Amino acid sequence: MSDFKVNIRERSGSIHVMELKGYLDAHTTPILEDSFQKLLNEKKYRIVVNCRELNYISSAGLGVFMAFIEDVRANEGDIKMSDMSPKVFNIFDLLGFPMLYDIVKTEEEAAGKFSKN
Amino acid sequence: MAAKQTYRISIPSRTDDLHKVRTFISDLARAHGFVDDDINKITIAVDEACTNIIKHGYNYSPHHEIEVEVVRNGQQFEILISDNGKQFDPGSVETPDMKEYLSHFRRGGLGLYLMKRIMDKVEFDFNRDRNTLRMIKSL
Repeated sequence: MSDFKVNIRERSGSIHVMELKGYLDAHTTPILEDSFQKLLNEKKYRIVVNCRELNYISSAGLGVFMAFIEDVRANEGDIKMSDMSPKVFNIFDLLGFPMLYDIVKTEEEAAGKFSKN
Repeated sequence: MAAKQTYRISIPSRTDDLHKVRTFISDLARAHGFVDDDINKITIAVDEACTNIIKHGYNYSPHHEIEVEVVRNGQQFEILISDNGKQFDPGSVETPDMKEYLSHFRRGGLGLYLMKRIMDKVEFDFNRDRNTLRMIKSL
């Protein structure tokens, strides 16, 4: 089966980092949905998604971000993304996702965007 | 020009077998001479097609088959994906307006759009109770 993992850690500024690892497809999206739901249940709305070890994403995976962004922003938070490989970024870009999400090079930069808000 | 070569794989209609078809396609696309970014995109196009068949064609019933065939012919990389699930009418799927889609936080319905954005040609046929999707990308 497809291999996909999420690790969540907290960094300063009440920011929670989701580290994605492996292959995000129609089979593995429930793992990411559960992780987002867990953060939202705990009212953690300042989220950085670190994609350094994300090897693959299909539209099912992109749909997870769409499912939670409205709720997160309604609570004055955001989902920012960092450390994407060019091939993963190109899929986000092909669909225009950079219009809706901050996608930056490093986790530091993503976290820094929260401090300025 | 190299002779025409044909390769086949069959996977069960289950999302936990999508990785098998991805490996099959990416290995062949690499052997055909595509660059990494195109290999990833072609793999996604096939993943989206198979996911749609599992979801809409077979309604997640896991006891069916999806046949995938690749024909390498000169510069051309042709992929044929067939199933005997519910007939698919491509005219029933609206092309999303991505600006509107994103601004209204929509979800789902991007698979066919991605396939069309990625591949040079995407065609559907329904014959003898089988859907066949034909996608082509050339070097």
